[in-house]
Formats: sequence, structure tokens, C-alpha cells
Amino acid sequence: MSTLDTPAPAVATGKPAGRTAPRRPGTRRGEMSRGGALGSHGILITASLVALFPVAWLVFLSLGPDKDDYLRPGGIWGKMTLDNYVFVLQNTNFFDWLKSSLIVSLGTTVIGVLVAATTGYAVSRMRFPGYKKFMWVLLVTQMFPVAVLMVPMYQILSDLQLIDTYFGLILVYCSTAVPYCAWLMKGYFDTIPFEIDEAGRVDGLSPFGTFLRLILPLAKPGLAVAAFYSFITAFGEVAFATTFMLDDERYTLAVGLQSFVSEHDAQRHLMAATAVLIAIPVSAFFYLVQKNLVAGLTAGGTKG
Amino acid sequence: MTVAIDRATGKRSGDRPPRPGPGRLKRAYQKHWYAFAMIVPVVVVLGVLVLYPLAYGFYLTLTDANSLNSARTIGVNEIEATYKFIGLDNYADILWGETSYDRFWSHFIWTIVWTAACVGLHYTIGLGLALLLNQKLRGRTFYRLILILPWAVPTFVTVFGWRFMLADSGIINSGLESLGLPTPLWLEDTFWQRFAAIMVNTWCGVPFMMVSLLGGLQSIDGTLYEAAEMDGATAWQRFRHVTLPGLRSVSSTVVLLGVIWTFNQFAVIFLLFGNTAPDAQILVTWAYYLGFGQQPRDFAQSAAYGMLLLAVLIVFTSFYRRWLNRNEQQLAI
Repeated sequence: MSTLDTPAPAVATGKPAGRTAPRRPGTRRGEMSRGGALGSHGILITASLVALFPVAWLVFLSLGPDKDDYLRPGGIWGKMTLDNYVFVLQNTNFFDWLKSSLIVSLGTTVIGVLVAATTGYAVSRMRFPGYKKFMWVLLVTQMFPVAVLMVPMYQILSDLQLIDTYFGLILVYCSTAVPYCAWLMKGYFDTIPFEIDEAGRVDGLSPFGTFLRLILPLAKPGLAVAAFYSFITAFGEVAFATTFMLDDERYTLAVGLQSFVSEHDAQRHLMAATAVLIAIPVSAFFYLVQKNLVAGLTAGGTKG
Repeated sequence: MTVAIDRATGKRSGDRPPRPGPGRLKRAYQKHWYAFAMIVPVVVVLGVLVLYPLAYGFYLTLTDANSLNSARTIGVNEIEATYKFIGLDNYADILWGETSYDRFWSHFIWTIVWTAACVGLHYTIGLGLALLLNQKLRGRTFYRLILILPWAVPTFVTVFGWRFMLADSGIINSGLESLGLPTPLWLEDTFWQRFAAIMVNTWCGVPFMMVSLLGGLQSIDGTLYEAAEMDGATAWQRFRHVTLPGLRSVSSTVVLLGVIWTFNQFAVIFLLFGNTAPDAQILVTWAYYLGFGQQPRDFAQSAAYGMLLLAVLIVFTSFYRRWLNRNEQQLAI
């Protein structure tokens, strides 16, 4: 969203205003005194350092070859090496974990978006009996704590022999992804003018035809945001993945990363390297789409 | 989870549900059949994946199921479930049974403190940064890109970064020591565990608030500020009477979201402490510990905690909505 980079307060254009209420130089609307600017920069730089440091520290530690280097960070400067990365890529299940993560997250995303699209449209445009109750159910479903569904899901999936399968995990994630995609897409459909629907209906399209031929093509950015959120949520999920995936070839990245630290041994240098390997593509992707994401937020839908 | 502003309501006042009368169901069906057809996929999915497990989970809370008496398969032997129905005993035991303070109420209080502290910090810091970023300032875009980094990197990655930093002789304690300050045992001492958890979660959650509030700030009409200035309003008065009211609808949404997420926050505490810190567990992670982190696994109690958590959230959301409605705020969830 481009408006994010333009200052909101419009600069006063009317000269008369300036004359009737003369101001000190340098304090026109939208501008600041020198001290104010310095203070702002100071705070923002501090905040940026705080935001940056833990991630930078992780990158730095990942370059140290020894598992206890995190206790003696000074020593890393002398012996920086990429060996940890080489080791992680060659000798661990990193690629299996990546594959699991991708299968599960993409599966959830596709199912979530496909199943929820028509519903998002219906609740955006139509008022049917039971509308309010339905919306309430959608909302409540999204705030389920993990603890509510975990036990029964575990039992049900065990009965169905779906524990430790990708499909089982996708099903679990869909329980939150579907209602949440429906909400998000409703928010986006709401921004598409009703006149378009009406024009379509006048021209003889059925409600489904309107949706498929007119609205859906217009809603592509909204679908993309919903897909992105589902993906990120599924990718970063910890509780269900930790409990339901037992075989370490089917771990998702979130589980695999934990497996470096056990009660007996902590391979922190490898863990740091893996963490960086995960963080780079994900954050790159995040930065690529973040403008759309902000547009999605301000269009009325917010992430869950 | 998501919250959308309900623009459609009120715009199409002609689409009210039909009045009660004979053949109402049939007429409703004829008029709305395509709406129903469109929501069918989600209804089916919710029914199978949410309502059925929820009902089953509720049934489990009325039993004494644990991992020793549930149906399970060991090798080739299939063992039948032998747990029995015990009514509401689980709830009674959790809420006012022996040692219920240590098992439930202490975690409950800590969860409330945790939620209030985290959301308060998220909102204040997020608003402060959003206000700074909303000025004409060199390098704003650059600052913004760096400041959303904690949101861009998955939580399960950054929490481990914090764990390295908070370790006994990690960088934070080394830094504090070189400054001559006390070096708390961040990951062992209960108070400091809680402190660390709030700190890490604040770090993770501020960017979302900041970005949302920045979007809200930019949608405030600039002429309002001009008018206020013309009337001689000070900076504080402009903030108090223009900025804050202008942010009301965004704020009430993000605060609700923040409360729900923080209340349900699993990853931060689970990954920071694992099962080592019983006193720093909020209710969600504690319920997980009961059901999956110990042997034998206590499924019934864990599910009962889950139900109680959900009840707390639903009650809170209902009151919050009612409170918003009373203040005539234009926000619909």
C-alpha cells in the first residue's frame, strides 16, 4: 500500500492561515524542530537496534564452530566459519523438515482458500437467516486456544491412524485456517463495490456467475493475503506439530529446530545455523508481500 | 484470526430476515438458497473439524481419561478404553479441589497479568513508534522495514535467539555484569522467567500493533489537525482529542486481537522454558503440559482446562463487544 509512505497530515496550503496565526519558523504542519527530529531519530534508532539485535545475534552465533560459543561470543571473531551451515545441509534432516513444512503449509493454504472463498463472498453480500449466528461461530472458532482441540483431535486422529501423517496435521490446521480465511476474504469482498454485483445481476448472471466471473478476478489480492496468512500461520505453528508428528523425517521445521536441544545435549551452533536458514527465505518472502499485507490490514481484515 | 469491519450491514436494509409466519422456512430457503449453498463448504468443515472434536472433547472432560486407560495400540495388541464417566468432577477438582490454587488459580492470575502486561506494552510501544513513523522524517521507510523484522522472522526462530541471549552467561547477563548490575537467572528464577517471557512476547508483538496503528494514523483526516491547531490546541490536546478518537476503531480491533493472541500464546513460553518452569506457565501451556508433557498424560483434565479457557475468552469477547456497542463504536466483529 503506497499511502503508507506518504505523511498523513496534509501540509497547510492556505497562506491566510499562516498570516492570521503566525508561527515560529520550522514548525509548519508536518515539520518538526531540530530537537524533535533528533529525538525521534534517537528513539527510532534505539528501537531498530532492539528489533535487530536478537536476529543479528543469532546470525553471529551461527558462525561459531563450537556448541558453547554462545557463552564466549568474543572468541567467534577469530574463527568464523560456515561449517555449521554445511553440516546442517548435509548431515541433518533439514530438507525433510523443509519438505514437511511446505507440504503441510501449502496444503492448509490451498484448502483454506478454496473452501472459504464462496463463504467469504456470501457473508459479505447476503443477509440470510442465521447470518449473525454464523458470523459469531466463525469468530469464536478463531479464538480457540490450542488446548481446546488438542486432546480430542489427538484421540480422533489416533483412531483414524492419522497421527504422524501430513494429512492429519493439515486437517488440524484447517480447523483454524478455514474460518479465518473466510473472515479475511469477507473483509476484502466488502471493499469491492456492490454496484459490480448489481451490474452483473442486471446483465443476467446468476449469483454464482457473478461471484466466479466478476468478483473472484477482482479479489485476487484479497485471496493472496488470505493465502499468505494461512501459510505463515501453518508454517510457524508449534503446539500441534510438536505433539502430532513423531517421526523425525516428518517433523516440520518448527519441530526439527527444537530437536537440536535435548536434555542431554544441546547443539546450539547447529541450531543457530538452522534457525538462520529458516529465517532468511521466510523473512524475504514476508518483505516481498508486506505491502499487500498492510493493504489487507487496512482494508478491514487483520491477521490471526 | 481476523476481524473485519462490517460495511455491508445497514447498507442493504432491504435484506432483513423474513418475518415469522407460515411457510417461513420454505420461503427463507427459496430466497436464500444460494447463500446457503455458498456457506455449505465452511459449515461442513467446521462441523467435522471443530464441532465434532469440541463435543468429543467436552465428553472427555466428563470422564477420567488419561493415557493409561484410553484405547491404544501397543505392538499388535489393541487395548480397549476403560475410562469411566465421572460427571463434572474434573471441573470441580480444577476450580475448588485440593491444591486448586497451585494448579489453577495461580496460573489463572499469572495469565491475566501476562495478557494485560503484554497487550499494554504492545499497544503503548506500538502507538509510540507509529506516531514517530507518521512524521516527516528522513529514512522512515528504512526504520519501518527494520522495525517489522520481529514480525517477519517466525516466532519459533526468534525465541531461540532470545534463549541464547538469556542463558546464564549469555550476552544479556555479560552485558549487565560489565555494567555492574545484578545478573538474574532469567531462565530459572520464577520472577525473572515471567519477566523474560513478557519481554520476549513484547518484542514479538509490537510490530503488528505498530503497522496497524500506523495505517490508522494515516487514515485520519489531516484537516482535523489543522482545525485543531487553528483553535489553539496544544500538541497534547491534538493527540488527546484528534488522534486518539481517530484511532478508536483500529484500536478496539487490535486490542481485542492482541488479548486473544496473547491469552492463547503458546510458542513463546513453550519454547522459552519447555517443561522446566511450572510456575511460569500460562493456562494454555499448562493445559498442554497436563495433557502431553507428563506421564501419564491426563487427557481429561487437560481438555477441561481447554474448555475453561474457551469459556473465559468467550465471556471476555462478549463483554468487550457489549462495551463497544455501548460506546457506539463503529466496529463489528
